[in-house]
Amino acid sequence: MSFVSRGFHGRRRPEDVDPSRIPPGQYVTTDFPVLSAGPTPHTALDRWTFEIDGEVDEPLSWSWSELQALPAETITVDIHCVTKWSKLDTSWRGVSIDTLLDGVDTTAEHVTATSDGGYTTNLPLEDVTGGKAWIAFEYGGEPLDPEHGGPARLLVPHLYFWKSAKWVRRLTLRLDDEPGFWESYGYHNYGDPWREQRYAGD
Amino acid sequence: MAGTAVRRRLIWQLGTVVELVDETADARSIALELPDWAGHRPGQHVDVRLTADDGYQAQRSYSIASAPEDDHLVLTVERLPDGEVSPYLAGDLGVGDQLELRGPIGGYFVWDTGAGGPVQLFAGGSGVVPFRAMLRHRAAAKSTVPVRLLYSAKRLGDVIYRDELAAFDEVDVRFTLTREWPDDWDGYRRRLDPELVGEVAWPSAERPLVYICGPTGFVEAAAEAMVQLGHDPARIKTERFGPSGGG
Repeated sequence: MSFVSRGFHGRRRPEDVDPSRIPPGQYVTTDFPVLSAGPTPHTALDRWTFEIDGEVDEPLSWSWSELQALPAETITVDIHCVTKWSKLDTSWRGVSIDTLLDGVDTTAEHVTATSDGGYTTNLPLEDVTGGKAWIAFEYGGEPLDPEHGGPARLLVPHLYFWKSAKWVRRLTLRLDDEPGFWESYGYHNYGDPWREQRYAGD
Repeated sequence: MAGTAVRRRLIWQLGTVVELVDETADARSIALELPDWAGHRPGQHVDVRLTADDGYQAQRSYSIASAPEDDHLVLTVERLPDGEVSPYLAGDLGVGDQLELRGPIGGYFVWDTGAGGPVQLFAGGSGVVPFRAMLRHRAAAKSTVPVRLLYSAKRLGDVIYRDELAAFDEVDVRFTLTREWPDDWDGYRRRLDPELVGEVAWPSAERPLVYICGPTGFVEAAAEAMVQLGHDPARIKTERFGPSGGG
């Protein structure tokens, strides 16, 4: 990298931030920017369900109260948005996808998350299992705000945050990979922040 | 919902600043000569990367302000008080300097004449930038698609492209100023609310294509009002920037 922006010095990272926690091209923010492609949906909790369908013997469905009755975990993780911000030590509460898939027999290798409003995102099944993903319904000890994906969003913190679908309602297990919403508009199919996989071809 | 896929790899390229225009006290337009630019659609953005002499880099995204038909790629950047990249772009960068960027990025928040209309635009602050690209494209393509724009700014001095917006043929531009206004101000004088939206926006029966860009509170208010007024959420596209985001 020989190019230098004349006169640019940069602000650098805050001294209390461990640089090994910040993926390439990211900066640390303390607020929580909101990014979404359309209006914020508002689904009443008594009409809310979460479903797992596709390559399963029988589709599974949970009401809000049934989801709340499952064992929940507190998760403290760093999150990384493709728009360059990273937020450290965010605290969530939610149900592990492992819990939802307990006892499910499938040959699927991929999954599509679908949200209220029609948003979709695709992930390898192995990226939402093994303690790597949750259906999160609390943020910072409070019910998850609708702007941030409440009542519940997918939380997959090891990938860029567009994979953590807001307002998630369904996981569809698939044999084949199917690009989701942003993935169809040129964003990277996998989205690993540590390899800076922002856009197709990165 | 799938759109035109952008599958070409986005390579970092160097552009040369050919013109700088101070649009307001805080916003500057940067026109770039880009030898390898493959074109864009109105509403798309680019990633800009700055590199310090010790190798430190910072990246941010900026909406494209120019039409595909324009001679140069133009970015309009608003200087954020606590920003890292925007003060450099809107302050230090000079004509003849080079700027590294890649794009175009995003294929959802776009409008071109083929998309039809009518079109309803809501701009909050520098959220007007992608709409300038759309309106310049509409003019260059001699489109007659009817467009309405509601532009919310804190004060008149913060309004970007004021003269240019007024000069577009058959584009109905309304302003609301939320913090200060001249004594003789004949536009709206408040934050956007459902009543204001109901007065200025296309009725839902016209089934407009709706684009909303601005800070998140503005976007939430405009989108919520449009949904309440009976517009189909699937026809409402939003683009938001955070309260500070550190840009």
